[in-house]
Amino acid sequence: MRNIIDVTNESIGRATDLRYGPDGLNIIVATNRRSSIAAAEDVAAAYGSGTAMPLAGVPIAVKDNIATLDMPTTCASRVLAGYTSPYEATAITRLRSSGAVIVAKTNMDEFAMGSSTESSAYGPTRNPIDPERAPGGSSGGSAAAVAAGIVNIALGSETGGSVRQPAAFCGVVGVKPTYGRVSRFGLVAFGSSLDQIGVCARSVREAELATYVMSGLDPLDATSADVTVPPLPDMTGSARPESLKGLTVGIPTEYFPDSLEPDVRAKCDSAIDKMRELGASIVNVSLPHTALAIPVYYIIAPAEASSNLARFDGVRFGPRAASAADLRTMYDATRSKGFGAEVQRRILIGTYVLSHGYYDAYYRKAQAVRELISRDFTNVFGSGVDILFTPTTPTPAFKLGAVTDPYEMYMSDIFTVTANLAGIPAISLPIGRVRGLPVGGQLLAKHFDEPRMFRAAEALEAALGEGAHQ
Amino acid sequence: MPVSGKDVRKIADLARLSLADTDLPAITEQMNSILAHMDVLTRVDTTSVGATDNVPGKGMTLRDDRVAPIPMNTTAPLLAPDSRDGFILVPRLATHEDA
Repeated sequence: MRNIIDVTNESIGRATDLRYGPDGLNIIVATNRRSSIAAAEDVAAAYGSGTAMPLAGVPIAVKDNIATLDMPTTCASRVLAGYTSPYEATAITRLRSSGAVIVAKTNMDEFAMGSSTESSAYGPTRNPIDPERAPGGSSGGSAAAVAAGIVNIALGSETGGSVRQPAAFCGVVGVKPTYGRVSRFGLVAFGSSLDQIGVCARSVREAELATYVMSGLDPLDATSADVTVPPLPDMTGSARPESLKGLTVGIPTEYFPDSLEPDVRAKCDSAIDKMRELGASIVNVSLPHTALAIPVYYIIAPAEASSNLARFDGVRFGPRAASAADLRTMYDATRSKGFGAEVQRRILIGTYVLSHGYYDAYYRKAQAVRELISRDFTNVFGSGVDILFTPTTPTPAFKLGAVTDPYEMYMSDIFTVTANLAGIPAISLPIGRVRGLPVGGQLLAKHFDEPRMFRAAEALEAALGEGAHQ
Repeated sequence: MPVSGKDVRKIADLARLSLADTDLPAITEQMNSILAHMDVLTRVDTTSVGATDNVPGKGMTLRDDRVAPIPMNTTAPLLAPDSRDGFILVPRLATHEDA
């Protein structure tokens, strides 16, 4: 085993090398070498004295909206510039207890609102596979950190696909756990009924390990679920294409529209063939309300965001607009200068759909349709389907600056938002490349059925082998 | 249901955002473009959905109504841009003339 301190140093060094210059990937927004090395020394001492630690010395990068004590947590926003949280996220505390070493905070779309990491106050992150392209978002920095070899595991957050979509764009694994599986305490709130901390990782098994280490009931998060945490995976040996005999995989027709890029469809077909060869039964299914997911999501998420982000007004957090004559002027000036254009747009939409006269037409209606979307999944899983397989995104990574229409950008989440609306777990894994760009395949499972989801994903990953990156 | 520039100005006021006059037309247009995509929901039959059907199920249990301390490593006022004697300082709410 390599020295834990050397591993930590190498990870921070790689992060620093990739950060600067005209070709800089701009993946990392903060490091604290002294703190990380001190943590690595503590882990080395504990591990050396025999303490069991499933993540002993594993460097982990963390999205900039998850609270850490030793590095700032700014949500890539000017409104939180320089802010360091006085408490740490439960997920981080659990990772540290398992021996993980936090080495960096990663770039993101401001307040996790975006699908390209272009709305960051730190500037855009570039995709390590093709630096002219976006890494996806909002957890683009975390997916890019794994793809660039800075870390094997990075934390992101999911509200509508913000881990799975960048994971697909960067050719890594991305996991969104069941809502309630991982505590949200210390995750800066965006859409509280949708948010979950997720994992980007080099392999399915590493993603599974990190997910389970963070999982479990947390009294500090009233929405964390009192559900048994599955046993940690065996990290010895390589992944094997185990039989999927007895597993029924549903292929939802709505996720394979005529407009789907033919090359992406071909990669999905190959992945489906692999699962069939492994013994899975493949059946076509329908999730009829899928097309409504984007309108529903872009009502509910901004509505919740407009409420959650009301706290950022220059009184308690971050910088305050100077020279304001009175309190109200100070609120307006701080928020208008502090929030970027996309965040302000969503706050306006959210405020509108919650306002008197429009609440029933927009917000209440969206909540009702959200229930219909959830029932689609309940019906399919109730009919004997164990797992669903879909493309993660309609296209591979687009070029930086190529998508300027807000709604067109929202549509890149079309295959991922449904899992957040229904609260079910989902995973994206690489299934091949198109024109040199990674394509992600997505597996979705019923609530708290992560063990079956990870088993199917690992079998597919092993069966695809190097083909997942070709 | 399109919004006007006047509506957007009112929404911004509710959201504690100040919009420049020069930005208002573009923001209004963007909001209307986004909201037009939402109108599809008005045509969806949701009569089968009850008022409490969205309540989360498995794992979500009621707990004791007890406040647990949050493990903070500093006190809240120290985070604020301006504080004194444990209190957060802000600009005055209104001038004497207003009051």
